[in-house]
Amino acid sequence: MAANGFSEEVVIAGFGGQGIMLAGKLLAQTAMKAGKEVTYMPSYGAEVRGGTANCMVVIAEREIACPVVGNPDSLIVMNKASLAKFGPRLKKGGLLIMNSSLIDGRPEMDESIEIIALPADELAVELGNKKAANMVALGAYIKKRGRLNIETAADALPETIAERYHKTLPVNTAALNRGAEFASRGS
Amino acid sequence: MSTAVNTSKKKNEAQKQKASGETDHRILMCGNEALAESAIIAGCDAYFGYPITPQNEVTAYMSKRMPEEGRVFVQSESELAAINMVFGASATGKRTMTSSSSPGVSLMQEGISYLAGAELPAVIVNVMRGGPGLGNIAPSQGDYFQATRGGGHGDYRTIVLGPSSVQELVDCMQLAFDLADQYQMPVIVLADGILGQMMEPVVLEKKPGRKLPSKDWALTGAKGRQQNIVRSLWLAEGALERLNYKLQGRYEQIQKDEVLCEQYGVEDADIVVVAYGIAARIVRGAVTIAREEGIKVGWIRPVTLWPFPSEQISKAADELRIFLTVELSMGQMVEDVKLAISGKSPVVFYGRPGGGVPTVDEVLDKIRQLTTKRKI
Repeated sequence: MAANGFSEEVVIAGFGGQGIMLAGKLLAQTAMKAGKEVTYMPSYGAEVRGGTANCMVVIAEREIACPVVGNPDSLIVMNKASLAKFGPRLKKGGLLIMNSSLIDGRPEMDESIEIIALPADELAVELGNKKAANMVALGAYIKKRGRLNIETAADALPETIAERYHKTLPVNTAALNRGAEFASRGS
Repeated sequence: MSTAVNTSKKKNEAQKQKASGETDHRILMCGNEALAESAIIAGCDAYFGYPITPQNEVTAYMSKRMPEEGRVFVQSESELAAINMVFGASATGKRTMTSSSSPGVSLMQEGISYLAGAELPAVIVNVMRGGPGLGNIAPSQGDYFQATRGGGHGDYRTIVLGPSSVQELVDCMQLAFDLADQYQMPVIVLADGILGQMMEPVVLEKKPGRKLPSKDWALTGAKGRQQNIVRSLWLAEGALERLNYKLQGRYEQIQKDEVLCEQYGVEDADIVVVAYGIAARIVRGAVTIAREEGIKVGWIRPVTLWPFPSEQISKAADELRIFLTVELSMGQMVEDVKLAISGKSPVVFYGRPGGGVPTVDEVLDKIRQLTTKRKI
């Protein structure tokens, strides 16, 4: 794939109410802002708070064929059930970002897979809003993968979040940065 | 929906950007909202619809944007009502549309037949879901037969467009309104749950439209002219037969002039994969990998499903190749592929029904199997 530039397939999963779709949309918006090709595909079943939710984002330098991701290069999981469902599908050499606030221990994965376990819920609570855990995880992903900038993601927030929630822009920006910091420092 | 609010705002931002000369005019939109906005750009005067997953965003978006534009939005009491409101609005010469998903489009078939009989333009969007019956809400291509064979009663056709990206969905809407007006008939835009729900960057702009005939048949009040009559009932001896010949003439013209299809890598291919809509995206992914493995495989993607690109497919079958048709159904378009090829080359099928979505790997495996067969 090197000749055609990079192509990255991401699955973000958790339970309804964790902001899974928002994280995916922000990632897609960020990629578009950075001039990339991108597709975003939500699961659109009867999602309710507490049910399962996931979305698939494909980012590439060239036209994207299929928006449906079978085996992701990167996986962001916010709860245990999502890790069980999507963990086995993660590609060898892939990146796993997991919310250790809700997932105990280290999962058994192929040793080629890089794992970042971060207490996204606790970190978000420290910043003043537990709901920003999705942004903490996304920030860690963006920093670790290094294809996109945290600044671009922060810039994309106002276009991604409905205007009536724009008072949450500062905490979401802080959460993106906190996640990025965790990814580079490990704490 | 919060996204609808955001999107019209985003559109303004995109326009401002364009004005200031920045290069990227793309905005991120889901297929349902993008097609709705594109319909507005195309000059849709009136939208009538009834909610159904996975196309609810169309109705939601229109409920906000059409009144903003001073145009008509009605959430009807049923799909049957919606299509008949479309009939009424169209009879007055207005650009009008409805959208629904599979079970809802079944309910509209009577109205679509009446539109065809009364020679009225209309755009009907079907964001297909799994069937038969109430089925499920997952993506499907199970309504190909219904869309391309008329769907309702009587000897008629509808033009059917099968876009495979959000951008193409946008482009198809403007084309659909033009085709409907040019040929005075219903045009169906056949999408699916993935296309409706997925988000992609799109450029929303008015394309130069076609030169269209005046709607001198429209019911606009007969003051100062002879009365116009819009009807689909023709009881006088020979009258209905004459109407059908007239329609047939139009259909032949459309088959000659309006076929759209895209192809890749067919020239040197041993295997040609035929797929439309979202299935074509999956196929493209598989073909790219297969090519990297050295397999000589190409694809043909019909954009118009009726008129069907029979000639293009037949030409590709002049040399002996294996044709693989991939659909999100148990095999519907494959019949048109076989008709086009007329036994010149073998045609095999791979598909999944009821909301099952084939993966790139599944299609790739199928292609690899065909390679070994060919060697024998």
